[in-house]
Amino acid sequence: MANKIPARASKAASVAAAVNSSIYKGSNTKAEIQGMAFRLVLLSALGIALIMIFSIVAWAVVEGGARVNPGLFLNNPSSFRPEQAGYRPAILGTVQLITGVIVVIVPLGIGAATYLELFADRTRWYNRVVELNIQNLAGVPSIVFGILGLAFIVRGVFDLGFVVAAGSATIAILVLPTVILASREAIRAVPSSLLDGALALGATRWQAVWKMVLPSAAPGMLTGVILAVARAIGEAAPLLLVGAATFVTFDPNFWSDGYSALPVMIYSYAGRPQAEFHTLAAAGVLVMLVVLFFINSIAVWLRARFERTW
Amino acid sequence: MEQAVKNEVFSLKNVSVHYGSSLAVDGVNLPIYENEITALIGPSGCGKSTVLRSLNRMNDLIPSAKVGGELLYHGQDMYGKDVDPVQVRKLIGMVFQKPNPFPKSIYDNIAFGPQTLGMKGNMDEIVEGALKQAALWDDVKDRLKDNAFGMSGGQQQRLCIARAIAVKPDVILMDEPCSALDPISTFKIEDLMMELKKDYTIVIVTHNMQQAARVADRTAFFTVDTSRGEGSRVGTLVEHDDTTKIFSNPADQRTLDYVTGKFG
Repeated sequence: MANKIPARASKAASVAAAVNSSIYKGSNTKAEIQGMAFRLVLLSALGIALIMIFSIVAWAVVEGGARVNPGLFLNNPSSFRPEQAGYRPAILGTVQLITGVIVVIVPLGIGAATYLELFADRTRWYNRVVELNIQNLAGVPSIVFGILGLAFIVRGVFDLGFVVAAGSATIAILVLPTVILASREAIRAVPSSLLDGALALGATRWQAVWKMVLPSAAPGMLTGVILAVARAIGEAAPLLLVGAATFVTFDPNFWSDGYSALPVMIYSYAGRPQAEFHTLAAAGVLVMLVVLFFINSIAVWLRARFERTW
Repeated sequence: MEQAVKNEVFSLKNVSVHYGSSLAVDGVNLPIYENEITALIGPSGCGKSTVLRSLNRMNDLIPSAKVGGELLYHGQDMYGKDVDPVQVRKLIGMVFQKPNPFPKSIYDNIAFGPQTLGMKGNMDEIVEGALKQAALWDDVKDRLKDNAFGMSGGQQQRLCIARAIAVKPDVILMDEPCSALDPISTFKIEDLMMELKKDYTIVIVTHNMQQAARVADRTAFFTVDTSRGEGSRVGTLVEHDDTTKIFSNPADQRTLDYVTGKFG
């Protein structure tokens, strides 16, 4: 036993010596450089993304800023007087389109997500097929949905014609998988103890889901809707197929023929040879950003309200 | 003779629970008597929580779970074809291991059950009554509109008990209700249980043997049976008796080993 004490004492001394040389900054320069380099890489990733977004906005402001006036929002388009042309029908068209999209995707997206997450028996093959298909649908190119909309909504089964409603329905189908996936994530993030707690009190599954799970998941679901709407506003390709004509000089009506949308209109102006129209297209980008900002602000406000009251 | 006059709330006869194709618990024969606290004890994986969750059909929520044998509740087959598990859960409340208050105000936590079940009566009185019965009223009467997450863990668990009481159940099941709590909160909950057993039948699963010894009238000891072939771990009931008997003079050697701390 006696010879163990000096051994322990010397071990303590060597630990103390090691501590003296290692607990201060600069004692492990390699690890510190690695840490700094890692942070630099992360920062530059963020920086590049920010620069790209900023340069697009800056370009739009520089190119089109001079054209921003009430007429830009209020005037009808013109193919020969670019200095007076505006985006009125396109703005109204986009707002109607998006309203239609929201009306469709909120109940369908949340309903589908709720079924898949809380009611579907995953041991059944058809539920797995549905799940797999929704994930795949989220990656299908938008033009494919345009063709689908043309074949089944504008013509074919629904036969709506080239109306805003057909555009809304087409875009809604296009963004629906995004909403379903985001809503499922939101539902999955609600602790199962909430559902169990409600069920243990004798609530039916329906009551527990409606009163407990869905309100808790609402903010996350709204985020999904915001993302979907942001994507929907920018879609041009499928709209071209389902009737968003480039030149409409009257206010659109949800159920009757003839409408335009912002991205389609911007594309049309940008393709003209005269420089004034290019300025108009850049100003159109600003209009779209304003509309997007407006819609997103409403959604963010709604989400904040939900989080507070809940 | 004494047991003959007691009412059996639950009678488990050769009850087994499968999860998918694997047998979790088998051969449970257990009576649970009215206005008593029955403790289910045993090492991890012995199936005590599984048995508890089969008493109010919470196991139904796991699609692969299947209960076999006969489970009578006041003489009625609880797993009969025409039994509605929702109605069962109205009568048999449950308190979980981790306090799980709803993300609402204290008041709304209590009111949720009665409102959802469409109970008649003055809601303020129902809430006050439940909180008083759970010995929580004096702690929270001035902040009923505050979010329940602002309470301490022990208060949250008593809130969950109050929530269960508010729907006027017959039985309260408790799944390790104190395992996430400090000793003082634990003591308060145990005190509350002694109070509540006058009105309710309580079944508690606990890892804490002292807790079982302190509060339970009867104790059932479960263990893991590994003798059924390679790798099989099936929970089984070893014995059940008065708590004093289980802790001082059990019939089975395995019980004695467990309660004296030789294993588990």
